[in-house]
Amino acid sequence: MSNIPADLKYTKSHEWVRTLANGTVEIGITDHAQGALGDLVFVEVPEAGKSLKAGDAFAVVESVKAASDVYAPIAGAVIEGNSALGSQPELINSEPYGGGWIARMKPSAAPAGLLSAAEYQAHLAAEG
Amino acid sequence: MPFIPHTPDDVEQMLAAIGAKKIDDLFDEIPKELRIESLAGIPEALNEMQIGRLMAQRAAADGTPLNFIGAGAYEHHIPSAVWAITTRGEFYSAYTPYQAEASQGTLQLIYEYQTMISSLTGMEVSNASMYDGGSAVAEASLMAIRAHRKSRSQRVLVPTTLHPNYRKVAVATASGQGVRFEEVPCPKGVLSVADLAKYQGEDIAALVIQQPNFFGVLEDVDALTDWAHANNILVIASVNPTSLGILKPPGQWGTKGADIACGDCQPLGVPLSSGGPYAGFLTTRMEFVRQMPGRIVGRTVDTNGKQGFALTLQAREQHIRRGKATSNICTNQGLLVTAATIYLSLLGPEGLARVANECHRATQELVAALTRVKGVKLAFDRARFHEAVLLLDRPVGPVLAELAGRGIVGGYDLSNDYPELGNALLVCATETRTAAEIKTYADALAETLKAAVRAA
Repeated sequence: MSNIPADLKYTKSHEWVRTLANGTVEIGITDHAQGALGDLVFVEVPEAGKSLKAGDAFAVVESVKAASDVYAPIAGAVIEGNSALGSQPELINSEPYGGGWIARMKPSAAPAGLLSAAEYQAHLAAEG
Repeated sequence: MPFIPHTPDDVEQMLAAIGAKKIDDLFDEIPKELRIESLAGIPEALNEMQIGRLMAQRAAADGTPLNFIGAGAYEHHIPSAVWAITTRGEFYSAYTPYQAEASQGTLQLIYEYQTMISSLTGMEVSNASMYDGGSAVAEASLMAIRAHRKSRSQRVLVPTTLHPNYRKVAVATASGQGVRFEEVPCPKGVLSVADLAKYQGEDIAALVIQQPNFFGVLEDVDALTDWAHANNILVIASVNPTSLGILKPPGQWGTKGADIACGDCQPLGVPLSSGGPYAGFLTTRMEFVRQMPGRIVGRTVDTNGKQGFALTLQAREQHIRRGKATSNICTNQGLLVTAATIYLSLLGPEGLARVANECHRATQELVAALTRVKGVKLAFDRARFHEAVLLLDRPVGPVLAELAGRGIVGGYDLSNDYPELGNALLVCATETRTAAEIKTYADALAETLKAAVRAA
């Protein structure tokens, strides 16, 4: 059973969003996503300053068996990419909701269409 | 006879199983107007005897002229061992085999190739090959756009000193994917920082620099590379591998070195054979390895600690990344890569440097001999490698035709690609041209030009 913290928001494409105290957000991929990908070997994180629309592919996660895009859950500008992932992509496997965050963004509009933990849980169950 | 093993019964059974009446029904989703019922201009099939005769005639038509043409493909001495080994059954395949890791010998050969090409270009990593020098520039341009993290520009600067065919191939291959190739005129026969001044501070993904350039002239690669990097532009080097026996490798251009280096493997043991097939190479820094097109072989150890070779970084490739793969290029040119690898192994760095020096020396001798002929001048009097542009006092075409009648291929007529240069002829001499042959050419050219004056 994968871990789905109650205080985060989620997308159907398995990203999570944490709103930080100063109004910026932190984004990563869920425990379920990292488990499905397997051991990560490479993460391409976005450059600071890049502006994104919701749904834009903004990062790539590559594991021993697959490579996938990570999509921006919200519109906004990238404040920073997690440079620690350059040498330690496995942080996403070990701490998907902590040290494995991928990017921090400054939202340009209020987030819309994100799932609560319960809704994401239901989405996972429906996806099978 | 088509090589389809299924009997009519097999076909019936398969169609019945999927509920289709006839094979054509499977193509229903392709609109009628996109289908071609017959191929105009494609002749009827020939049988083995007929095709053998046709190819023998075509091969004989090439003859064995005295050759002074380069322009991207070069006549070099090929040690007999190169093709004796390349055509052994163990190597005789164009591609990496399916289940590539079952063919350790093939993978080791590609690994050795990558090692030699990386070392030759002074770059950190090489792929398993490209189609040719032109497709390598196209793929390098697409790669530079992907790799450029600080720019979303799709603009690539191509100076007119880059091979005209490479420019055409790049436009044909990559412009459909949004790449905008912008030609930079180089009236002095070299690309200078002054020619680039108007691009200063603009958002551009890459600059292609050919060394030696299409005219055989050496570009000031250090200054150009530093200019590009200062303007946040990646540098794609298109280089002649023979010249790297003596010239500074792209990895050492300027302060930071080129970002991508590519070129054609033809000079490395691949015969001219009427224009192909050849192979291309592409190398880069480790930083950009995940943006590379093509296959990459890596060396590793198995669970017993024994050396083994494996395809690596496959998450870039189409069978994993599907539509977002870096490229769909494959190891199609494997046999030519085999020849290039054996050629480089036989020559070694010292042998390659000797070939390069001899090419340069022969070309200097050729230029001296031909410019002594009345009616011939040298264009772009600059440091060169093994080609030079000559200006004749009359149109080049008829002169080349007259020389061809004397069994001499006198060079490449530049008037179609560079009408602004006038009666310009690109000539080349490699290590295969002797002093006597150069004299033969100079004498024939002198007689041709004199005779034409009398006729006029």
